[in-house]
Amino acid sequence: MLKETELKRPNRLNFTGGWNYDPAPESASNVKLKETYQHFINGKFTEPEEGKYFATLNPATEEKLADVADGSAADVDAAVKAARNGYNKYWSKLSGRDRARYIYRIARMIQERAREFAIIESLDGGKPIRESRDVDVPLSAAYFFYYAGWADKLEYAFPNRNPKPVGVAGQIIPWNFPLMMAAWKIAPALAAGNTVVLKPAETTPLTCLKLAEIIQEADLPPGVVNFVTGAGATGSEIVSHPDIDKVAFTGSTKVGKMIHKSVAGTNKKLTLELGGKAANIVMDDAPLDQAVEGIVNGIFFNQGHVCCAGSRLFVQEGVADTVRDKLIDRMESLIVGDPLDKNTDIGAINSQKQLQTINNYLELGLNEGGEIYQSSCPIPDKGYWVAPTLIGNVSQSHRIVQEEIFGPVLTIQTFRTPAEVIEKANNTPYGLSGGVWTDKGSKIFNLTSQLRAGVVWANTYNKFDPTSPFGGYKESGIGREGGLHGLSAYLKF
Amino acid sequence: MTQTLNEIPDFKTLSPRVDQVGVEERVARFNTRSIKKDSKMYALKLALSMVDLTTLEGMDSPGKVRQLCYKAMHPHEKLEDIPKVAAVCVYPSFVRLAKETLSGSGINVASVATAFPSGWAPMKAKLDEVRYCVDEGADEIDMVISRGEFLKGNYGYIYDEVAAVKEACGSAHLKVILETGELQTLDNVRRASDISMYAGADFIKTSTGKISPAATQPVTLVMLEAIRDFYYKTGKKIGMKPAGGIRDAKLAIRYLVMVKETLGIDWLDPDLFRFGASSLANDLLMQIVKQQTGAYQSLDYFSKD
Repeated sequence: MLKETELKRPNRLNFTGGWNYDPAPESASNVKLKETYQHFINGKFTEPEEGKYFATLNPATEEKLADVADGSAADVDAAVKAARNGYNKYWSKLSGRDRARYIYRIARMIQERAREFAIIESLDGGKPIRESRDVDVPLSAAYFFYYAGWADKLEYAFPNRNPKPVGVAGQIIPWNFPLMMAAWKIAPALAAGNTVVLKPAETTPLTCLKLAEIIQEADLPPGVVNFVTGAGATGSEIVSHPDIDKVAFTGSTKVGKMIHKSVAGTNKKLTLELGGKAANIVMDDAPLDQAVEGIVNGIFFNQGHVCCAGSRLFVQEGVADTVRDKLIDRMESLIVGDPLDKNTDIGAINSQKQLQTINNYLELGLNEGGEIYQSSCPIPDKGYWVAPTLIGNVSQSHRIVQEEIFGPVLTIQTFRTPAEVIEKANNTPYGLSGGVWTDKGSKIFNLTSQLRAGVVWANTYNKFDPTSPFGGYKESGIGREGGLHGLSAYLKF
Repeated sequence: MTQTLNEIPDFKTLSPRVDQVGVEERVARFNTRSIKKDSKMYALKLALSMVDLTTLEGMDSPGKVRQLCYKAMHPHEKLEDIPKVAAVCVYPSFVRLAKETLSGSGINVASVATAFPSGWAPMKAKLDEVRYCVDEGADEIDMVISRGEFLKGNYGYIYDEVAAVKEACGSAHLKVILETGELQTLDNVRRASDISMYAGADFIKTSTGKISPAATQPVTLVMLEAIRDFYYKTGKKIGMKPAGGIRDAKLAIRYLVMVKETLGIDWLDPDLFRFGASSLANDLLMQIVKQQTGAYQSLDYFSKD
């Protein structure tokens, strides 16, 4: 359906034929998945009250992996009651040091079962095993380790402010980094002394339910961590439950606004991590080959299912053609396919629904006059896939430049002066992240201090660390996760 | 836009900057590639066909050079269907002997020249040495650049030097050794690569093997990227030769992954990529036998020449 831009450059590189890598799939045979998963409430796997289940699929094969409980109001109520009980009876009575011991234990057990977690994350979510193995799982453990360290030092983290836990936190996480988002939510909440009710996304609940097994084995007191699975309706029951003290949500801006309305006028504390449409800015003095790599990591990491993805590329005019040509050759060398293959760079799109969304945007881009270039990589017949895509000839008024696509789709625009690129970069309702590429330190500080975004990377992209706060400006969210900022979101003073 | 080669660029501004952290991250990502089964066998044989078997010792003897040539022609008699190596690399005094020994085999003779390894000699002496090697029958000349002049910022000197040697080479292929261990920074490596290519190098080569560190993956990647930009600009394909420090098959395959994903499959060819190594060949052979039989054999079964 897509017309490919005619590329007039004569000296292109050839990436097809010759030496091809044989499949090198990570074996999933050692991974044990149950046929059916219940909610995890009060330390036990618990049948859903209404007895309803839904299937979670492998997006690379469209095959069912397991049936998962569909949470109703009654299930959420049971989970919140368990969390309240867990808070009153156990967790609030433990010293910070004792809480830390449990959290450290969870961190270590994630490390011990890292391979299993990585495989399930790739099966359930479609992300390449290279990323789940090297990024998602190690970072998840790192967040637990980091926040475990704070549990007995809250007085020192916030001196003279008498930090106290909030109580029961209701947490709703998205499908792009299922385990890691659970870690971002659960670790600071527990360290601060809260208990939690967490709902994983309906397309990717399995690593959370595996985490529930770890929490059971780690012998956490009952009710401290509860998982209720389900879709949006279940999430809305959590948000509106009267005995929830704090709501933490990561997901789309649309749902974030609904949540914001629903908690208005209540005493619930709120943090929101929402969408983004980040500018990745390449100045003409940048290290170009490394910048191209950063652009690739910025937009094609996790199939572009990243809220902070560098989806709007701005290149200074003098090097714009060079960067575009290099990027196109680099895209040709990306391997799209089986998420479990160790050589896969880009895995499956998370769900059919998301695939449809992305394809709609590609159609729209085409109709708006965008010049679409897609990598010629072979794509599997079954499953949900989008080849890495670059769209040129677009401007700020194109919807594909304004709206979050959440897929491996990059728009490219040029600019001449720093003032121009700052104006364009900030000309969006979002403000989650951004990137700047230049060899000159003073330029980095000049540009980054003017970008209205919560996270800005210089000469790198998509780097995460537990000690660093993460969060957005404007419609990208409220509050911060990570670091001390993330801890304070789970405390009252 | 194609830049003609007789335009001499300004070498102080020609080269793009290099970010070391980014280069190392890219290398780490290449190294996560998992090469198995047939693709591994293909890579092992390809790597073997790219080896420049090298002996560059003060104690080299005619006997040693003859043995090396025989090894080049018959890497492992017990194996059928394996390629010959690409070239044998020796000091100038042994070029004629190597050429005679290898005659009819299709294996090239490469000779180091220009006061290898330090490059400290008068220009005339260096050019005489190059002409001597070519007269003796060398197919390829591995020259060293004057690192002293380069580090002074005297880039024009390096350009003139490489251009003069290229002229002296006549029809012999010119490999330019940057000695990256002495250039030290990746920005320097990139600049020296650009100067050498614009001055007429057919190949650029990391190291003499006499300085540590010799070839490294980050240095090689920066040079491959320089070759890529030169190709984009001119359409001319320059070869690459990492030399020194590549001792095992696993590392050699990682280099091939870098080549494939940086420059594409055209460069997976002994005409455009070489390994300068002495002990690599036997490890490649050992891995080939292992792939075929499923078992490692003792090193004693592989001839050490």
